[in-house]
Amino acid sequence: MKPSRLTLCGNWILERFPLTNLWNEHMAHYYAPKNFNFWYFFGSLALLVLVNQFLTGILLTMNYKPDAKLAFDSVEYIMRDVNWGWLVRYMHSTGASAFFIVVYLHMFRGLLYGSFKHPRELIWIFGMLLFVALMAEAFMGYLLPWGQMSYWGAQVIISLFSAIPVVGDELSLWVRGDYVVSDATLNRFFAFHVIAVPLVLVLLVFLHIVALHEVGSNNPDGLDLKKIKQTGRRKSDEEEEEKILRGNNPDLKIMDSIPFHPYYTVKDLVGVAVFLLFFATVIFFMPEMGGYFLEHANFIPADPMKTPEHIAPVWYFTPFYAILRAIPDKFAGVIGMGGAIVVLFLLPWLDRSKVRSIRYRGGIYKKALLLFVISFLALGYLGTQPATPTATTFARIFTVIYFGFFLLMPLYTRWEKSKPLPKHLTYQPSLEERLPALIDTFHEVTVLTPVQLHDGTVVNKRRPNARGILNVITRLAIKLKKSLD
Amino acid sequence: MKNFITLFLLLALSGGVQASQGVELQEADIDLSDNASLQRGAKHFVTYCLGCHSIKHIRYLRIAQDINVDQKKMLNDIAPEGASIYDQLHSAMNAHDAEKWFGTQPPDLSLIARSRGADWLYSYLKGFYTDKSRPYGVNNLVFEDVGMPNPLWQLQGQQKPTYKTVDGQKSIDKLVLEEHGTISDKEFDQVVNDLVNFLVYVGEPMQLERKSMGKYVIFFILMLLVLSYLLKKEYWKDVH
Repeated sequence: MKPSRLTLCGNWILERFPLTNLWNEHMAHYYAPKNFNFWYFFGSLALLVLVNQFLTGILLTMNYKPDAKLAFDSVEYIMRDVNWGWLVRYMHSTGASAFFIVVYLHMFRGLLYGSFKHPRELIWIFGMLLFVALMAEAFMGYLLPWGQMSYWGAQVIISLFSAIPVVGDELSLWVRGDYVVSDATLNRFFAFHVIAVPLVLVLLVFLHIVALHEVGSNNPDGLDLKKIKQTGRRKSDEEEEEKILRGNNPDLKIMDSIPFHPYYTVKDLVGVAVFLLFFATVIFFMPEMGGYFLEHANFIPADPMKTPEHIAPVWYFTPFYAILRAIPDKFAGVIGMGGAIVVLFLLPWLDRSKVRSIRYRGGIYKKALLLFVISFLALGYLGTQPATPTATTFARIFTVIYFGFFLLMPLYTRWEKSKPLPKHLTYQPSLEERLPALIDTFHEVTVLTPVQLHDGTVVNKRRPNARGILNVITRLAIKLKKSLD
Repeated sequence: MKNFITLFLLLALSGGVQASQGVELQEADIDLSDNASLQRGAKHFVTYCLGCHSIKHIRYLRIAQDINVDQKKMLNDIAPEGASIYDQLHSAMNAHDAEKWFGTQPPDLSLIARSRGADWLYSYLKGFYTDKSRPYGVNNLVFEDVGMPNPLWQLQGQQKPTYKTVDGQKSIDKLVLEEHGTISDKEFDQVVNDLVNFLVYVGEPMQLERKSMGKYVIFFILMLLVLSYLLKKEYWKDVH
């Protein structure tokens, strides 16, 4: 049979480009643990948001003017006069916040299951570099609308450089290109935001994924998964193992694992749909998100002569901003804020636990992680509030806990006694399988009571049942207590 | 653990105290689908506000289309004399005069509803009271020492404050009408509400369109969710 023209074209490419190998190596023969749970959606979602930011960002640059005189009005022009401009702009502004939500949850997954531990240290480092690049990207992007909060937020943060001894003033002058944030600053931030940092982001995403696919994904149990033959016999031959990774030997696979494609591509699609549900709800019904995603003060054009009463960065920077303000000395505050990010880089070496996953760690790490999450959220809240003396005291306490979590880690992770690891990946019931239990709980917390309607008929209606609610809460509390041991 | 619960409660309480400071705002009744209210609001804006404040981010044409007024009526009844339907809502006052008269340029009001909020605007426009120490003889309850006269005084009349003393500090309790205006209280509230409604519309002219479109988008994504879930189930049925 004569091959079709399309096949010939395809073959022409395949003979010259390793498309099949690439696809197999990273998708069809990339074996991923089969027990990925909720926390494993956020990697692919981060990629989705990145693509969203690129596409909407490109569309925005077509009408945006990086000029101090025109910037604010050009954004309003996009919002009002450009066809679908409002949608593109809201997708971009909501996407920025969504990016941080997704990335924070992605990083929290790492803390839960020890994904930063050997042999995935480099993946974590690349991930942290991505986080830093993302913060730079968001910070510079926030100046572009040239509203009051854009302007004064940038003014405050850039002036932090001047706290550095000796070179500080010169340095902040160099960053701004002027004595105050001005047109020069706007132009260079535009350049960084639309081309320089995005290139770095793409490169780092590439490195992050290549490094991941070299060592394989971690799993919620934190187990090392051996390469085995389909029959289940362990294969030790290095050359064979090499072949598995290259995807050239379909009868070899990794224990308890399934090919990323199609299993996780279709599963991630469900995650994407759920994410889009939230994303679209914000875009179409609450694009300002109560002043957190788009701050109210940013609807006033930047005015270098008028300082707003209360300057707060966007919500995703507030934990770090709270740490900065909690430390009395300005330079020490800058060091503290930087340190809060540097300690994250060191995580793989601070953690001395023998096991990866929180499921098999001792109680100390669980409690420490809980305290860390509480203090991170509390710092985030305090960063949005004016710095009253009480708020500052609390911010100091939470700052100590934040750093305590990391700096004491070498001690408490060494002391604690971990639980024995299972031989195989464990299986946790999915939401769907928990449905009957959830329905039972619903029945427990409600009680059917006859209610007489206005026309005299009696109907049974569900009313809350105090006793049942108490039982359920007690049970949950006991369970929580147990899970922290 | 207990300490942390205490800390958290304290934190929540301190937040509550902060929130209760400042002037309590009156609630505006915003309904952007009420074209009659928006038409009245547009007319009030041109009559009472456009003298000093512009709305440069919108044109008469766009307003006419959005609030369902035909272009002739827009030019004859609402827009100022001599305006073109393609004009933006520019104030005729020049910047130099504004600086001389008010010390500053009156802000453009295109986005005022998005930066201040509808309730603030409503309370602000109702919050003027006589204060002889101010250059225009009025001060404002929600914006202290504002450099703006009360544009609606003929309609509203003059309000004067009654004071109360809490912890030895004298503060304004409420405003009472001292001298009646040309319209009743209720009619005045309606005028202010229409104005605020118009300003909210102008802040984001496509917001009704956005919300109505949102329903279809959410519906579409729900369908996508169901289908992708079924697809996932189908693929995963052999994974144990």
